[in-house]
Amino acid sequence: MDRLPKWADVVLVPLVSLILAAAISAIVIKAIGQSPSEALKVMVEGSLMSAYGWGYTLYYTTSFIFTGLAVTIAFHAGMFNIGGEGQAQIGGLGVALACLFIPWPHWSIALLAASLAAAAFGAVWAAVPAYLAAKRGSHIVITTIMFNYIAAALIVYLLVDVLRPAGQMDPATANFPAATDLPTLNQIPILNLFFEKKVPANITLFIALAAAWAVWLILWRTRLGYQLRAFGKSEAAARYAGINPTKMIMVSMILSGALAGLMSVNNVMGEAGRLLQNSSEGAGFIGIAVALMGRNHPVGVVLAAILFGFLYQGGAELGLWTSIPIELRIVVQGLVILFTGALDIMVRMMLVRIFALFHKAQVA
Amino acid sequence: MPSQANTTGRQATAAPFAIELKGISKAFGPVQANKDISIAVPRGTIHGIIGENGAGKSTLMSILYGFYRADSGQILINGTPTAIPDSQSAIRAGIGMVFQHFKLVQNFTVLENVVLGAEEGALLAGSLSKARRVLADLSREYELDVDPDALIEDLSVGHQQRVEILKALYRQADILILDEPTGVLTPAEADHLFRILSGLRDQGKTVILITHKLREIMEATDHVSVMRRGTMVGTVKTSETSPEELAELMVGRKVLLEVDKGAANPGKTVLSVQDLRVRDEHGVERLKGVSFDIRAGEILGIAGVAGNGQSELLEALGGIATATGRVAMNGSDLPLSGPAANGQTRREAGIAHVPEDRQHLGLIMDFEAWENVAFGYHNAPEYQKNALLMDNDALRADTAAKMERFDVRPPIPTLAAKSFSGGNQQKIVVAREIERNPDLLLIGQPTRGVDIGAIEFIHKQIVALRDAGKAILLVSVELDEIMSLSDRIAVMFDGKIMGFRDPETTNERELGLLMAGVSEGAA
Repeated sequence: MDRLPKWADVVLVPLVSLILAAAISAIVIKAIGQSPSEALKVMVEGSLMSAYGWGYTLYYTTSFIFTGLAVTIAFHAGMFNIGGEGQAQIGGLGVALACLFIPWPHWSIALLAASLAAAAFGAVWAAVPAYLAAKRGSHIVITTIMFNYIAAALIVYLLVDVLRPAGQMDPATANFPAATDLPTLNQIPILNLFFEKKVPANITLFIALAAAWAVWLILWRTRLGYQLRAFGKSEAAARYAGINPTKMIMVSMILSGALAGLMSVNNVMGEAGRLLQNSSEGAGFIGIAVALMGRNHPVGVVLAAILFGFLYQGGAELGLWTSIPIELRIVVQGLVILFTGALDIMVRMMLVRIFALFHKAQVA
Repeated sequence: MPSQANTTGRQATAAPFAIELKGISKAFGPVQANKDISIAVPRGTIHGIIGENGAGKSTLMSILYGFYRADSGQILINGTPTAIPDSQSAIRAGIGMVFQHFKLVQNFTVLENVVLGAEEGALLAGSLSKARRVLADLSREYELDVDPDALIEDLSVGHQQRVEILKALYRQADILILDEPTGVLTPAEADHLFRILSGLRDQGKTVILITHKLREIMEATDHVSVMRRGTMVGTVKTSETSPEELAELMVGRKVLLEVDKGAANPGKTVLSVQDLRVRDEHGVERLKGVSFDIRAGEILGIAGVAGNGQSELLEALGGIATATGRVAMNGSDLPLSGPAANGQTRREAGIAHVPEDRQHLGLIMDFEAWENVAFGYHNAPEYQKNALLMDNDALRADTAAKMERFDVRPPIPTLAAKSFSGGNQQKIVVAREIERNPDLLLIGQPTRGVDIGAIEFIHKQIVALRDAGKAILLVSVELDEIMSLSDRIAVMFDGKIMGFRDPETTNERELGLLMAGVSEGAA
């Protein structure tokens, strides 16, 4: 098959996919009797045209970077980790335990401890399906999905029966001590010149960006990453090279679970200040779309996470300022996932043909 | 539909050529796969098409069979210009194709496979009984005996191939194209195939035989066309040419067909294998207790039809498959199962392994050349920058040096493995393994899918390693390769070694019998 130039593959394919998704979204909005251009205006203004909007967009982006990276690193080892949702919620449990039961003198130490706890809890939650896959041959997609449900049920039990302070009505932990409050972007010097009002985006954003760099370093500069990628491309060849399949499955899933768990530092510690039910709010699943769209490369993941942050925040604005139901946000996201993920090949083939025609015209 | 093909055949009996291609060109992007190819195949002849991998043979045949459309040029069938936009039109024009990889439904009977796609009417019974009659006639006429009610999965590959030929004949093919038909056959089965083909020719059919084996061209064809890099370099009468001349036409320079090697000078025993057994994942024993020694400075060749335990032997020795028995390397036992039996410990013990299937085992096709050079040796200290990071720059430099020494083309370390030709991919694997200076080299199908120029080069490297006092275990389905490279030959059949032979004193017939499982007494 003819191939596309690299720039077209990296830039043009996702761009055309996005435009198609936007076009169909516009038709849907039109069909329910609303104005697509008005909707787009509300979404862009509410998420990208003000510092306050960016404060929300970047908050969602932070979570999506973590979950997108989680899917990415597992994907390179040939593992499809659908369990980011559950791993993030269990990571949240780690954050809550670290914040509630140890008196931290300063937020920076609390951040370090909570990050370690989040990563460790998420990693353990991913390690069980990984072990079952490596030793018992169970399918990672099935087990990680089941572990999402188990995580949700476990959290509900713990919140209702164990961690809920006496006399509190809602199933949630107590508020974390004030010493564990993370600085939001409006509290960070220099950034506070731009962000004037309090926004949920917080210092975790920089941990997310550092994680993206670390994932890149691991995958493309270390022996471990080399072995992971080789194993992901061909298990048979990896066996030939003496790469241990069990180790690869375990390590990739543990790293993946740790990254998914880390996202809860952003929402549980940085924003809510306590552990709630369903704390991850679907970010674990969005991570799959983010990784798909980001071509499983950390840079692409960061860019795709910003796009999905915009869709999340813009969608919320739609619900706030227009009579377009908030569920439409899910429709738009679904279309973006459909076009950038599932219909990727269709767009690619289309472009290949156009390029071939162009090439022929040039030759003639 | 079949009657139509018949008329085409009968109408044009006056035209001298069954197939005439005029000025066929086909490009894939910037790659010109076929350049202005013209060829005329007289009716009632066997016409060979020979060329290296990537010379454009398969593209040309795919155009003839309607898989691709030519960018320019004309196809004449029996003198009539014919458009072949798809394979249905090819069949209607009387062309039948037997692919290298058979297209048979494994759990259907022979009869059902023959009828498949040519059923007439809503009910099968009519077509089946008609097919049974036609099949009976065909088997009588052409030595094509196959049990019409046998399931495909129960047939040997030789018989499966006959079913493919019957399929084409049932569709009234006058022109039969066979793509690398002998790759999976024993010498005896190949001889039988050639008898069938000459029978077909004598009945007025036209046969096109695509192969890279010079011997088959010399044995079976009337004319031969040689392709090189997308062009047709010449068509000659087979009786007026020689293998040397054909090889030179194919490669564009003089080629050494015989391996130039002196007498072996075997030293101490390097590898000692005793009662080695391997079971596959279904628990079926594939390697049924083989024992042999290989000494330093010796090449032991394993001959056999593919699938008789040679792959399992290589995998067990290479640490890929678990096995039972005893294997000693330089006097110390190797682990055959458990976590210690893996490719890393084997490499540490001084065993290098060029696997049979380089595209699935030996290389990661999506990885760049330099990443593949590290493959299996990614723990080597010279490839590490520090405790944490790999030294990618050192690796790329090392790859560039290896590429130069082994004449890999193009010599670009950052090109993905899949972008190299088969021969150059193999050179990358061979360079990686041989340059580790192993005590024992396991090498499977060293020249499968490799062009003649590279075959010569790889054979020289193997002999040079032997002359440097290393032990070599060579597995190949190419008897010529086994006979010319080995210092000793072991023949495998059904997971066992049927016997050892001296290449100086044995011959192809004797080896062929052993490969077919005829025991030593009978041979």
